[in-house]
Amino acid sequence: MVRSITRRRALQGVALGGLAAPMLNTVTAYAQSGAFNWQRFKGQTVEVLMETGPRADLMKKYQKEFLDQTGIKLGIEVIPEQQARQKVAIELNSGKPSFDLFNFAFHVQKRQFEKAGWLLEITDWLKDPQMMPAEYELGDVSKLGMSFATTSDGKVNALPILCDYFMVYYNKELFAKKGVAFPKTLDEMMAAAAALNDRSAGISGFVGRGVRNANVVLWTQLLSGWGQETVTGKPLRLITDTPDAIASAEYYKKLLSSYGPAGIAGFNWNEAQGLFMQGKAAMWIDATGFAAPVEDKTKSRVVGKVGYGVPPSGPKGHGSVTFGTGMAIPKNAARKEAAYYTMLWMTGPKMAGRMLQVGGGIPFRTAPLKDPAVLSTLTVPREWADCAAGCAPISMPGLPVIVPVTEFRDVIGTALTNLLGGADPATEMKRATAEFKPVLDKSEAS
Amino acid sequence: MAGADVTTAAGTRAAGERRLRPYLLFIWPALIVSSAVIIFPWIFTIWMSLNDWHIGSKQVFIGVDNYVALATNRRFLESIGHTIYFTILAVALPMVLGTISALVFHKKFRGRGFFRTLFIMPMMATPVAVSLIWTMMFHPQLGVLNYFLSLVGLPPSEWVYSPNTVIPSLILVEIWLWTPFVMIIVLGGLASLPTEPYEAALIDGASQWQMFWKITYPLVLPFLVVALIMRTIDALKVFETIWVISNGGPGTSSEVLNVYLYAQAFAYNQVGTASAVVVVFFAIIVALSLVLLWARQKAKWN
Repeated sequence: MVRSITRRRALQGVALGGLAAPMLNTVTAYAQSGAFNWQRFKGQTVEVLMETGPRADLMKKYQKEFLDQTGIKLGIEVIPEQQARQKVAIELNSGKPSFDLFNFAFHVQKRQFEKAGWLLEITDWLKDPQMMPAEYELGDVSKLGMSFATTSDGKVNALPILCDYFMVYYNKELFAKKGVAFPKTLDEMMAAAAALNDRSAGISGFVGRGVRNANVVLWTQLLSGWGQETVTGKPLRLITDTPDAIASAEYYKKLLSSYGPAGIAGFNWNEAQGLFMQGKAAMWIDATGFAAPVEDKTKSRVVGKVGYGVPPSGPKGHGSVTFGTGMAIPKNAARKEAAYYTMLWMTGPKMAGRMLQVGGGIPFRTAPLKDPAVLSTLTVPREWADCAAGCAPISMPGLPVIVPVTEFRDVIGTALTNLLGGADPATEMKRATAEFKPVLDKSEAS
Repeated sequence: MAGADVTTAAGTRAAGERRLRPYLLFIWPALIVSSAVIIFPWIFTIWMSLNDWHIGSKQVFIGVDNYVALATNRRFLESIGHTIYFTILAVALPMVLGTISALVFHKKFRGRGFFRTLFIMPMMATPVAVSLIWTMMFHPQLGVLNYFLSLVGLPPSEWVYSPNTVIPSLILVEIWLWTPFVMIIVLGGLASLPTEPYEAALIDGASQWQMFWKITYPLVLPFLVVALIMRTIDALKVFETIWVISNGGPGTSSEVLNVYLYAQAFAYNQVGTASAVVVVFFAIIVALSLVLLWARQKAKWN
């Protein structure tokens, strides 16, 4: 049956709405009378969009526990990173996203979201004792983490969940066989790669990302040895063609093309991981999140033989490039408060400890890294956690915080891949810088 | 007399129109639907291509600036080159191999049905799944293809992991995937051919080659042209295999127009530039289709 809407009925509706609107505030009124209460938004369902990975697995595993604790039901959609990023951008742009909460990469999406104003600001909630439980230990969240979650004008619109440092995975067995010590400097690393490289045995001295786009972060890791980032100043200016940048590109070229496997120009982290887990690469530089698969007996042939080391220092600096992921609520989300509660739970100390235990990532918190209860139940070697703790003090951004970061990675990444095909570092870096400069200028100007 | 004819004709036409008028209303649904799903998106795409439009920021009308920028964009121009290179190989090789295999499978031999089915299998598989399998086979250290090369004493290749070999390697996948398609079309053509010319040729003592070149080829040519048109359009539009296997890389060495377009639209969120690429791409496809249709007219049986 179709009910026709008369003018009178419409007016009644408006009047009712007027009455109902203040009633919605009962939630707040109730809150003011009590302390933080996890059960406050029970009965609601929160739609969450997660990128594939250990975080999504954990969320699924413990959603029942969350339901018992809060009465909030979770609808979890998990899609791979690249597709999730596109989906998020398009849905947020449409103004009617299908999710109330999602996770994202600060180094890729932060600036875009900030400029477009798509995220819900939660600055006041964080200060409100009814909305921020003491058990969350907000003070323990690292400065870097909070700076990732804060816009350039000081508003908090996300909560950091975990960070990835770049570290060196090395095959202790191969090192022992050749009598090589773990390198402390980039020069030593080059020498070690040369000594460990054994073409006839099918062993590569080094493996890492060579494929366009993904390779940029391996290069910025090396660039940190020259004490430099990719952009500087305000307004942001590209510095990817300085003598130091070119020197580090030269290093990248030599390390990968002389001591890497054939076809490294097409390697992303998964190809590199595959080779390393087969015991066919002596050293691999990549993010912290790979300890779990490397130590998995069903997938890896190097279980128990892997060493974890802080990246070597360069001639002018010492760094470990760092990437952060966080969670945020769209400004137009349907169930903002319940989504916020879910976010508190996911980014809180308890779940952070669990993520650390399975080697799923390093939280932006110090307590779980020191908590003996967490450390004693690690499913990955203790050395990995120690290495992560060693990376923390030298952490630095691995990518510029700009809107066209994907294009940046493609343009600079193409130049780096071309180096592996034999191109000249100075020519390529200058060409790529000139090519990307107008894109950056335009995006910063708008 | 002539005048009378005209009046009658005009009279009939007027009567016809009057009779048809009530039915004209029935055109509207089709007109509205096709405007909504075909014409509107086109006009909107052209409109977007005239704007500087980045998802997340305000759009600005900039006229033909997107096209001007494309005309000097190294990556865009290279991607056109890759598209042409890829299309030529991905059309020519399956066409030749497909025709040959159709001739083979047209002959009668034991187990023909079984082998035909086997041969057609690749075409039925999902391109994305097939691409993932090929990616594994192409792996320079762990892939099976280099193992085969080593068995026959050849040096390993870098396949899709080197800028020099990536497009030919991708063509291998295309050949494997689309030769059966050409074969089916040509086989259908062969089955429809009359047998009399062959009987006559045999009586006159023609050789096998003469029979193929003078009888089979001209008779089956219209079918070949149909296969050619469909293959060409498919090859121009190739996306899944390249996207999954090489992602346009290493570097940009296998980036065809469609892959470039995708990057602009969905990785860089540059809707304006992407729309301009779409318009240029469409112009190229239409131009090529016209040439091919003209070729089809030429190839018709007389």
